[in-house]
Parts: sequence; structure tokens; C-alpha cells
Amino acid sequence: MKYELQPMLPAPSSTTGLLGWLKRNLFSNVKNSIATLLIGYFLITLLGPALQWAFIDSDWFGDSPAACTSGGACWAFITNRMDQFMYGFYPETGYWRINATLFLFAAAVTWMVIEKTPYKGYVAFFTLFIYPIIGFYLLYGGSFGLEVVDTHKWGGLSLTLVLAVIGIVAAMPFGILLALGRRSEMPIVKAFSVIYIEFWRGVPLITVLFMASVMLPLFVSEEITFDKLLRALIGIILFQSAYMAEVIRGGLQAIPKGQYEAADALGLTYWKSMLLIIMPQALKLMIPGIVNTFIALFKDTSLVLIIGLFDILAIVQSANSDTDWLGYSTEGYIFVAFVFWIFCFGMSRYSQNLEKRLKTGY
Amino acid sequence: MSKQEERNISEKLMVELRDVNKWYGDFHVLKNINLQVKKGERIVICGPSGSGKSTMIRCINRLEEHQQGDIIVNGTELSNDLKNIEAIRKEVGMVFQHFNLFPHLTILENCCLAPIWVKKQPRAVAEATAMEFLERVRIPEQALKYPGQLSGGQQQRVAIARSLCMNPDVMLFDEPTSALDPEMIKEVLDVMIELADEGGMTMLCVTHEMGFAKTVADRVIFMDAGQIIEENEPHEFFNNPQHERTQLFLSQILQH
Repeated sequence: MKYELQPMLPAPSSTTGLLGWLKRNLFSNVKNSIATLLIGYFLITLLGPALQWAFIDSDWFGDSPAACTSGGACWAFITNRMDQFMYGFYPETGYWRINATLFLFAAAVTWMVIEKTPYKGYVAFFTLFIYPIIGFYLLYGGSFGLEVVDTHKWGGLSLTLVLAVIGIVAAMPFGILLALGRRSEMPIVKAFSVIYIEFWRGVPLITVLFMASVMLPLFVSEEITFDKLLRALIGIILFQSAYMAEVIRGGLQAIPKGQYEAADALGLTYWKSMLLIIMPQALKLMIPGIVNTFIALFKDTSLVLIIGLFDILAIVQSANSDTDWLGYSTEGYIFVAFVFWIFCFGMSRYSQNLEKRLKTGY
Repeated sequence: MSKQEERNISEKLMVELRDVNKWYGDFHVLKNINLQVKKGERIVICGPSGSGKSTMIRCINRLEEHQQGDIIVNGTELSNDLKNIEAIRKEVGMVFQHFNLFPHLTILENCCLAPIWVKKQPRAVAEATAMEFLERVRIPEQALKYPGQLSGGQQQRVAIARSLCMNPDVMLFDEPTSALDPEMIKEVLDVMIELADEGGMTMLCVTHEMGFAKTVADRVIFMDAGQIIEENEPHEFFNNPQHERTQLFLSQILQH
């Protein structure tokens, strides 16, 4: 008996398109339909007034609270102090230095993030090894005719970014080494890694920051003064690398034993097999975990306010107590939340994009 | 005339195991293994599961460590010295049951990786060699795909090509067809038979493909409970097994 291949038929229209989607996801049965309508009702009653307050009845610009007459949000509080929220107490004539640092960073990151740009390797090298030096002299000064701006004048979003970016970039390699150390067969290396990780994971970041800023100066002689920002940074990096190590270890454990064996059998040394075979696969698996840690770190930087560094949250909080602008803390906190959200959401979206792009298993 | 005489196998020993013993914890997996493989010789190792055959060939390139005895590969004795182990691994290729291709690299990159990073070949040379071997295993058109896009049989052929790219003196096959769908076993065996027919390559192959053993092997080794029970040329081995255990094993696998 002969049989013929049957032609492919289009899917029934009730399962495709907007109507199909609505039917499947929102109104698939009576219970679902009721839930959809109830949730819709609450969303509208809650969102309506919020939008009214934030956008329709709001005032955006002005030099004093007198400008806020519409009864809604007084964003003038934010726009009026935007410079301070962004740059802290950095001298106004030096704003361009922060802008330039940020712009260079943004340009380099954009270059690497976009999928099909050439010379990614060189840009990565620049960002990791040359940029930090440029950034240091731009921000701190002390050379090339730039006057020194002491770190206690740094603040606002730019300080938050300095803490987060340096913390993230520096914690990563330490984390990788610690993770490899913890899986090592050498007893001393392994013991050191385990003790390090368990110690730093066992203390709250706030304690670490306190220790770094209050306790440390008590133990060392008075002549040696570490910069407060530097101390906070070291604390953050030490702390964060322990978390990073555990995320990375999780990824390493997910790589099948056969991959290690195949690399060994081909004669690759330990470091080459890690660099070429294991890490690229493990890092891919670890993207969600790593980004999760990054996001947590980014938000944790706001803890530095307890040791007297004015990150964006701290600086908005101090502006809240300005007697000229009393009563606008809601706007301030919403603004801070929004800024944090934008950065964290950006990281999250990028990680999802990266996961898709790196997918080679079909 | 036996196959050995036909092909004029040199007297030089390529792999030698002397009184090798190995334990997994308290479990004695390899018991006094003595084995000599001459250059160009083709050995098939069979036996029931758990008999230590995979463990034995995995000791030859130090994927497993033996605790007693000596293993000598092409004149170099395996020791704990890392340099020594890496030198031996350069000369010994291995094909695994589950292929173990690197899923994040293309087929071509899989093949070029070790020649570039271990043998320091220029990329162009490594790629040309890789294409040559991919052609020999009959999948040059898949060079730019990723392993996940290939069938099991194709992946295993790539794995063979990847090993050959290092130009090894010895090839170890650890049950290369056991994880394959029945339709794909033949294409992999064909490639292995071709490799054997070219001569020169020393092959140690753990397999249950008795047809392959009959056509290709110079010697068949039967292992049980960590020991080499019987060792003979294939015709004798299959038609006139000496040991009771071998007879039982053969009667069980040859029934179908």
C-alpha cells in the first residue's frame, strides 16, 4: 500500500492572534474570567490615582516649594537638586570629569554589549586595564593638571556607580579563584577557600562596613590613614567575592564529568581546560545567578550611608531634611527607587538577552 | 596466516601494563593486569559490565589512577608528574561512550582546540588538518554547526576526528557505540574499521560489537571481575574459548 505525505494545515484561528491569546490566558474558563475582571478592577482603581498624582497633577520645575501648586507630586524637589543627587558634593566645575568618566564607561560597555561590533577583545582589555587608570585620574585627579577632589566630596549616583561597578568587576575574578579553590584537591587551598567563603558569608555586609570604617582605624597606628571609600570598597569586594564564589561553584558542578575528562584526554592543562572548556560553559549556566548577585550588590551599596558615605539614597535622605523642602520625602524615595530599578532592570534584561544569544544546545 | 603476520606489526611495545592493581576505596577493580600491546596492534576488550575493562583503558591516559604496578606508554612510564601525564595524553587519543564533545564550540573548533592550545599549531594549519579528518569521517559539511545539532552517530564520528587531529600513536575507544541508536552504530563502526585498515594506528577498543572484533582485532581480551581471563586471536577466541567464564559470556551475547 502506498501512502502520501499529508500537507501542513494552518492552526485553528481560535489559538492564534490577540483574541486567541486573550481566550487562552485570561478567559479560559469561568473562574479565570472572574479573576481577570477582579484584578483588572483593582489595577484600574489603584493605578488611576497614582498616575494622576505622579503625572497629571504634578509640578516638574521650580526653585522652591511655592512652585508646587497643582496638588500632586512635586518633582521640582528632584529636578532642583538633580546635580547634587547625581554628583554629590563634587565641585561644580568638575562635573565634566564625572560625565567624561561615565561617558567613557557607557561607550565601552555599549560597545561590548551590542552583538556585532568588531575588536571586542581590545575594548574589553581597555575597559579592564586602562580605563580604571583613566577613571581614577579623572575622578580623583592629582595629575594631568586636574586638581584633587577628595573622596569625601564624592556622592550621589556617581558614588553608587563607582561602588557597584568596582565591586562587581573586582569580585568576579576573586570569586572564580575561590570557587576553583574550593573544588581543588589541594588541601590547603581548599581549606583556605572554604574558611574564607564561610566566614564572609556568615557576617552581614553592614558589619563588614562598620569594621572597615570604625574598627580598622582603631587597630592601625594613626599615621596610616586609609581612604574611607577605599576601605568600604575593599569590604564590599571581600564580601561579594564569597557570594560570587558560591554561584560560580554551582555552575562548575553542573558541568558533566565527561567534559573534564575529554579536556584531560586531549592533553589540556588544568588552567587551559578551565579557561577554554569548563568556564565558558559554566559561566553560561551561571548568568542568572551572577546577575542576581550583581543586582543584590548594586542595591547593597546603599548601606554605605551608615558609615557616612553619601550614595544616592543617603543624599536624597539628607535632602529630605532640608527645611526649605520639608514634606517631599515621598518624591525623593520614589525617585531613588526608580533610579535603582532602571539599573537593575537593565542588568536583568541584558542577562536574558545574553542567555538567548549564547544558547548553542539545541 | 594470521593478521599480525600479514600486516607485519613491529615488535616495538606501544602500551605495556605490568602487574597493575587498582582499588576504588576498598573495592579491588583491577587485579594484577599484565598486558602488552605492540605498535600497530588492534586489541578488542570485552567482558561483562563491571569487569574493569573501561577502568583499565582509562588508566592508560591517567583518567583513572592506578595504585600498584607500572604503565608504560611508548617508552614513557606514567608517574604522578603532571608533565609526564600531559606528554602521554598528547600521544593517546580517546573516544568516549557519550562523545563528550564541547557543546559551546562548533565542530571545527572542537577539532582545532587541542592542536592549537596543546601542540601550538597555527590556526590555519589546525583547521586544514581538522577538515581533512572531518572529510575522512564523512561530515565536512557539518564543520560550522554545534554538537547539539548533530545526531549521535555524527557526534561520535566528530569525536573520533577530534582525537585524530592530535595525531596520536594510540587510540583508546571506551564503548564508542553503546550510547548510539541502532541505526547509527554502523556508520561509527565503518569509520573505525577504515581507521584500522589504514594500519599503523595502535587501537584498544572496549566494545560489545563482536562482528567488529572478528573483522578488525588482532587479539581479543576477555575480562571478568577485574582480571584478564582469556586472551586470544579472534578466530580462536570465538570458536574455541578456553575458559568456562568466556564460554558462558559468549553463549549469552551470541544467542541473538
